[in-house]
Amino acid sequence: MTGTGSIGRRLTLLLAGVAALLSVLSWWMVTGLARQAAERTQDNVLAASVTTIAETLRSEQGEVRLELPYSAFSMLGAISEDRVFYLVATGDTVLTGYEDLPVPRELVPSTGRVVFDTGEYSGEEIRMATVTRLVLAGTQPVPVNVTVAQTRRGVASISAELSQLAAFLSVAFFLVAVSLSAFAARTSLKPLNEIAAAVSRRGPSDLRPLRRAAPTELAPLMTSLNRLMDRLGQSIRSAEDFIAEAAHRIRTPLATVRAQAEIALRSAKDEDQKQRLRQMIRAVDESSRSAGQLLDHATVIYRSDDLVRSPVILSDLVRQTVAGLEPTAAMKDIQLHVDAIPAEAEVDPVLMDNALRNVLDNAIKYSPPETVVRVSVSNADGEIRISVRDQGPGLGEGPADQLTQRFQRGNNTQGIVGSGLGLTIAKDVLEAHGGRLELETLNEKEGTCATLVLPSS
Amino acid sequence: MRHACLAILLSCLASIVSALEIEDHRHFPGTGDRILKVISTADLEVFEPYLKAFQVSQSALSIDYTVVSSAELHRAIRGGAEFDLALSSAMDLQFQLANDGFAQSHRSEATAGLPDWARWRDLIFAFTAEPAVVVLSTKRFDGLGLPTTRQELLTLLREYPDRFEGAVGTYDVRDSGLGYLFATQEARSTDAYWRLSEVMGRLNPQLYCCSGQMIDDVATGELALAYNVLGSYAAERLARDSGGRVQILRMEDFSNVILRTAIIPATANETAGAGALIDMLARLGQREAPGSWPLPPLGQTGADNLGGFGPIRLGPALMVYLDPLNRRAFLTEWENAMEQH
Repeated sequence: MTGTGSIGRRLTLLLAGVAALLSVLSWWMVTGLARQAAERTQDNVLAASVTTIAETLRSEQGEVRLELPYSAFSMLGAISEDRVFYLVATGDTVLTGYEDLPVPRELVPSTGRVVFDTGEYSGEEIRMATVTRLVLAGTQPVPVNVTVAQTRRGVASISAELSQLAAFLSVAFFLVAVSLSAFAARTSLKPLNEIAAAVSRRGPSDLRPLRRAAPTELAPLMTSLNRLMDRLGQSIRSAEDFIAEAAHRIRTPLATVRAQAEIALRSAKDEDQKQRLRQMIRAVDESSRSAGQLLDHATVIYRSDDLVRSPVILSDLVRQTVAGLEPTAAMKDIQLHVDAIPAEAEVDPVLMDNALRNVLDNAIKYSPPETVVRVSVSNADGEIRISVRDQGPGLGEGPADQLTQRFQRGNNTQGIVGSGLGLTIAKDVLEAHGGRLELETLNEKEGTCATLVLPSS
Repeated sequence: MRHACLAILLSCLASIVSALEIEDHRHFPGTGDRILKVISTADLEVFEPYLKAFQVSQSALSIDYTVVSSAELHRAIRGGAEFDLALSSAMDLQFQLANDGFAQSHRSEATAGLPDWARWRDLIFAFTAEPAVVVLSTKRFDGLGLPTTRQELLTLLREYPDRFEGAVGTYDVRDSGLGYLFATQEARSTDAYWRLSEVMGRLNPQLYCCSGQMIDDVATGELALAYNVLGSYAAERLARDSGGRVQILRMEDFSNVILRTAIIPATANETAGAGALIDMLARLGQREAPGSWPLPPLGQTGADNLGGFGPIRLGPALMVYLDPLNRRAFLTEWENAMEQH
C-alpha cells in the first residue's frame, strides 16, 4: 500500500500552522497597541504639562511673563525617567528654555490646541507638545508658543515589557492550540478508525453490509463498501449455486450409469470384462462422491451465511450420524465405537451432521480394514469436543492446516478415493458456529485424531 | 552640541572663560600613572576618609581632588572642564547636568542596589541623604526655650529682636547653589518660609556662602543661630570641638533632606576609576549603621523616614527653579524679604 501521509498529522500541522500565524499576528497587534497606548499616555502627560505652563502666561507692564509651575515638571518625572526639555518663545524671541529645541517654527497658531511632534535632540528621540496662547503685550496680542519635550525611554520600556508579555502569551496560546488541534484531528478521525476496525474484525466469509452510524463525509465510503461486499457475495453465491446445480445434475445420471454397470457386472461372464466393469463402478462412485461433497460444500457456504440454529443434543446427533455410516464401515470390517456424554448446543443440525459425516467418512476411508474408529463427546472448559480417532496412517508430513484447504490432500493418500473437500467442509461448518477443527497425529499408536470443537452455549 | 543657557550660566556667562574659583585642592599620589580627577563641593576634611579608603583598594590610582562651590562645579562641567567625577550637594544642578547630556551612564551591581529614588537613568547617583538643620548658640539662647517648629522660631525672633539683631545667619541664595535649593524647596513646601524670611530680614541677617563659616560663627557666639545648615557638616564639626556651645535642631514641622549626588561628566577619561569610586560611595550609602564616616548614609533620612519628610525627589521638577525667569522672580522676592535695611 502506498501511503500519502497521515490525515491526522496533516490536519494537526495545518491547524498548528493557522495557530502559529494567529499567534504571531496577535503578538504583533498587541505590541503595536501597547506602543500606541504608551505613546498616548506620554502625549497626555506632555499636554497636561504644556497646558499648565501656558496657563501661567501673563502680561506685566507690556511684557510677557510666566512662572514655570513645579507640577508641570514633576508630573513628567512621575511616570518615567525621561529627560525633559522645554522652550517658551514668541516668534523668534526666546523667553526661556532650551533655545535650540527643534520646535516646528511654522506652527499654525491654533490657540488652545496642543500640537505633537517627534524630533531629535541631544542625541535622543524626543516627543514634543506645543501649545500656542495669545498674550496681550502692550496693545498687541502676541502668540506665545510653549513647548515641552521628553525623551521616549519610558515609552520604549513599557512597550518592550508589554511586547515581551504578549510574546509569552502568544507562545502559550500556540502550545494550547497545537494540543487542541491534535485532539480535534484525532476525534474527527475516530469514526474512520472505528469503521476500519469493524471491517477488519469480521470473519473471512462475513459479507453482510456494514450497519453503523457514520458521519456524512463517510457515508459515500460506507455505501460503496457495502455495495462492493454485496456484489462480492452475489458472485460467490452464484458460483456456489452453479457448482451445486452442476453436482446435482451429474449425480443423477451417474446413479443410472452405476445401476446399469452393476446389472452388466452381474450378467457378465468374461473375467476381463467384469474387471473393467468394476473399475467403471469405482470411478462412478468416486465421481458421485465428489459431486456429493461439492454439493455439501455449497450447502455449507450457503447456510453458514445464515445459520438456522436450534438446540441439538449432540450425543444423539453423533449416534445418528454414526449409524448412517455403519454400512460403509461394515464393508471394511471397521467397528465404530461411540462414547458420548449428553451435551446440548445451539447448532444447525444439518450442517453439523454434514461436518461430522465428512470427518467420520475420512476416518473410515483411511483406516485399514478390521480396525476401530472411536467417537467421543466431552464437555470441558466451555467447549464441547467431538473427537474421532482412527488407526489409520496418520496425517502424513506437512502442516495439518493445509489439509483443511480446498482440494488439498495428504501426501500419503495414494490409491484412496477422495476429493479433498471433506475437512474443508468440516472446518467451514465449525467456524460458522464459532468453533474450530483440530487435527493431530496420535503418537502412541499410528492414527489420527480429528476433533470438532464447539463453544458450549 | 550647543545647549541652552540656563539660570546659573546666565549669571556666570561673563566668567565662563575665566579660571575655576578653587577653594581647596589636594593631590593624593598613587603608585601608578592613572589619575582620577574629582571635582567636589565637599570639604577636604570631610571627604578625605573616603579617598583614603578608596586608595586602599585602588592603590595604583592617583586622586586629584578639587573643592569648589556647587555653582562653580556646575559651571565647570557645563563649560567642558575635564573631570572624571563630579560630587555635589546641589542636586538640582547635578540633575540638570544629567538631563542636559553632560553625564555618562554607569552601571554596576552596587548602583543597581540603590533604591529607585537614589538614582536616575544610571546617570546620577545619590550616596548620602543630609537634612537641613538649625544650628544655634546655647549661650545666646540662654533663658529661652529651644524652638522646635518654624512658628516657635518666628515667635522667638519677633519677641527678642534685640538679642537676634545681626545675629541670624543663613545662606546667600544668590551665591550658594545649595542655599538656593533649600530656600526654593522650603518656599514650595511651607508658607512659613516667607514669613520667616520677612522677620529675619528685619533683624539684619548675615549672609554666607557656605555652611562651614556659619557654624564657626555660631561656635564663637557671633551668631545666635544659623538657619538651613547642611546637617552633616554641623554634626561633624560639633563632634569635634563644640563642648556644648552649639546645639543642632531639626525643625519638626518640615525639614528638607538633600541627596549628595555623583555624576561622571561626559568629558571624563578615567571612567573606570570614577565608576569604582561611585560603587564604593553607593555601597557606603546603603550601609545600615552610620559608622565612623563623616557623611550619613541614605537610609537614615531616606524615603521611609517616619517623619514623613523624604529626600527631595530626583526628577525634572528640580529644574523648575533653575529656569532663569523663575530664578529671577524668586531672588527678587527673597531680596525684598531679606534686605530691608
